[in-house]
Amino acid sequence: MAYTVTVGKTRWVFEDLRTLMARATPPRSGDMLAGIAAGSAEENIAAKMCLADVPLKEFLRECLIPYESDEVTRLIADTHDAQAFAPVSHLTVGEFREWLMSDAATTDALEALAPGVTPEMAAAVSKLMRNQDLILAARKCRVVTRFRDTIGAPGTMAVRLQPNHPTDDFKGITASVIDGLLYGCGDAVIGINPASDNPALLADLSRLLDGVIGRFEIPTQSCVLTHVTTTIDLIDRGVPVDLVFQSVAGTQKANESFGITLDILRQGREAGLSLKRGTVGDNVMYFETGQGSALSAEAHHGVDQQTCEARAYAVCREFKPLLVNTVVGFIGPEYLYDGKQIIRAGLEDHFCGKLMGVPMGCDICYTNHAEADQDDMDTLLTLLAAAGVNYIMGIPGADDIMLNYQSTSFHDQLFVRQVFGLKRAPEFERWLQRAGIADGDGALLPQHRRHALLGLVA
Amino acid sequence: MGEPAETDVVAFNAFQTVDPWRELKAYTDARIALGRAGPAMPTREVLEFSLAHARARDAVHARFDAKALCDGLTALGIPVAEARSRAGSRDEYLRRPDLGRTLHPGSREALAGGFRLPVDIVLVICDGLSAKAVHENALPLVTELRPLLNGRGLNVTGVVVNQGRVAVGDEIGELAKARIAAVLIGERPGLSAADSLGVYLTYAPRPGCSDAQRNCISNIRAAGMPAAVAARKMMRLMEQALELKLTGVGLKDDDETAPLLRAAEPETNT
Repeated sequence: MAYTVTVGKTRWVFEDLRTLMARATPPRSGDMLAGIAAGSAEENIAAKMCLADVPLKEFLRECLIPYESDEVTRLIADTHDAQAFAPVSHLTVGEFREWLMSDAATTDALEALAPGVTPEMAAAVSKLMRNQDLILAARKCRVVTRFRDTIGAPGTMAVRLQPNHPTDDFKGITASVIDGLLYGCGDAVIGINPASDNPALLADLSRLLDGVIGRFEIPTQSCVLTHVTTTIDLIDRGVPVDLVFQSVAGTQKANESFGITLDILRQGREAGLSLKRGTVGDNVMYFETGQGSALSAEAHHGVDQQTCEARAYAVCREFKPLLVNTVVGFIGPEYLYDGKQIIRAGLEDHFCGKLMGVPMGCDICYTNHAEADQDDMDTLLTLLAAAGVNYIMGIPGADDIMLNYQSTSFHDQLFVRQVFGLKRAPEFERWLQRAGIADGDGALLPQHRRHALLGLVA
Repeated sequence: MGEPAETDVVAFNAFQTVDPWRELKAYTDARIALGRAGPAMPTREVLEFSLAHARARDAVHARFDAKALCDGLTALGIPVAEARSRAGSRDEYLRRPDLGRTLHPGSREALAGGFRLPVDIVLVICDGLSAKAVHENALPLVTELRPLLNGRGLNVTGVVVNQGRVAVGDEIGELAKARIAAVLIGERPGLSAADSLGVYLTYAPRPGCSDAQRNCISNIRAAGMPAAVAARKMMRLMEQALELKLTGVGLKDDDETAPLLRAAEPETNT
């Protein structure tokens, strides 16, 4: 079905909903690369005007990617909760934005609505929202998850401690873990991106983290970020696995390029649950996503990258994850060109995920061939903290020496806590006090050379 | 744990808190034990980080000196031609990887029929994401490689490509009817190294080859993998490729050479 709008003397025609969405999306190098972006600034706004008048119900009638050929579309359609959707089912996309801004959209109302929001609805309304709207609406959403601590409670922000090392050197990784813990980081997860894919080494890395967490009774969880099928094998071999990780995307074909299906993810979750290693909850999955992954896999079906990304959150939502983060600037300038596009994408991703009931964090990051720098990361970090992001990354000095990109640092979370008064996960915050790392207010205490953690690499 | 801090082990430099675990730096190049000023990094650390980023940015945008490379190859007795991809500017190169993967029509026309056949190995030297890496490491590598190729009686020719990506080697390899395309290209600069050269080997190169059909040698630079080591590794892989008639996941070096695709992450260079 075609969508039309007349602006001044020009009548704009968009041949279908997919095209309308792509033309209405904020400027993005990836959509230009795909050849689906608006041809002019005016067409972009005309498409937004047209999209504003589309009823939300339309997204239940017209699939952007066919139901028959894509299991993510089937998941979205088959799990849609019509009752949850009812309070907004009479609204257009433009009216939905106003509902989100209004006092009607309370935290409780948004929580109840989440199962009724499809990724396409979330993406559509986000295209009409300014950055401040994305912050305001996301801030009202509440998505709390638990494994060994509680992540996402209002007034908190957690940190993934990311102690990567280019050769997976155990002492090198441990040194970064100690540094991060002494800076009060690690409540979201202590998560290693291994350089190797050797299963024996991955098992040893899992045992290394399990040993640190066990010995010091730290209320957090570990993760070695490798392919879900590898993690299932590790679990079968009795390796202590807390979280089951996988990168996911928003189309079946893109997921196939990652070597996964929904069924494989289901098996991964079941394997993780079987270990019963959570103490305060059983959210065992950890997912990473990022705009541009579907296009990169030539699996975007003409759908804009931000909508594809929101569809990935439908995949995440199905498996009740502890953590989901967009790795927003990792993919490079052909998808997100500069700081402005990275910042906008980070806010969109966080909002869409939260609106859908997904526990969103963000790897606020960039590569050296993008037009961005640490000032842009400071800006996005500040905006996401205002928006209530569940967690961010903590990397020594913001410099990942294994993946060769820049993210946020242990210091950056201290900045956020000081400016916004945000606390860590409560169980972890209490542990920091017991361990003599932070005081009752969460402020770091002066340290001495004999802290027991330093004995880990004697 | 939990015992009170002692004043003698907490070092204050006016407004700076020093982390008393600096000895851990011996175990990793990660930026640990930086200390802090309030919540912030100390001034020196902020500037060191900025310097590393500045060097990486300069490497990405450095002007590529293709002529010096052509002269260098000629001096080594290797026939060489200069070419360019369809990416007209650095900005376009970064936004449109597809353009960097194909030859400009003028270059294609100039190259077609210009090769002295038969060609066993075509060396395709591209600026990639770090011209600096190519300037510093390409000629030392080819200098080490040249006698190894001679010793096996392999014919080699060179093409230096402005604004090229890895896959441009497929088109050039097909034009040269080469048995192997060896693409030498500047890798995406990191903060720890802005001068890393990568080598991508493709057997029976032709447009449409996938990354799974290539082998990669990474981190070639003075402080990483030295040119002599990289040249021997390249030679070993190329000999196996010629014998097995393939490159990629089916070809593994006897040591640590990884197949190109380790994870389903976007390859920003290819």
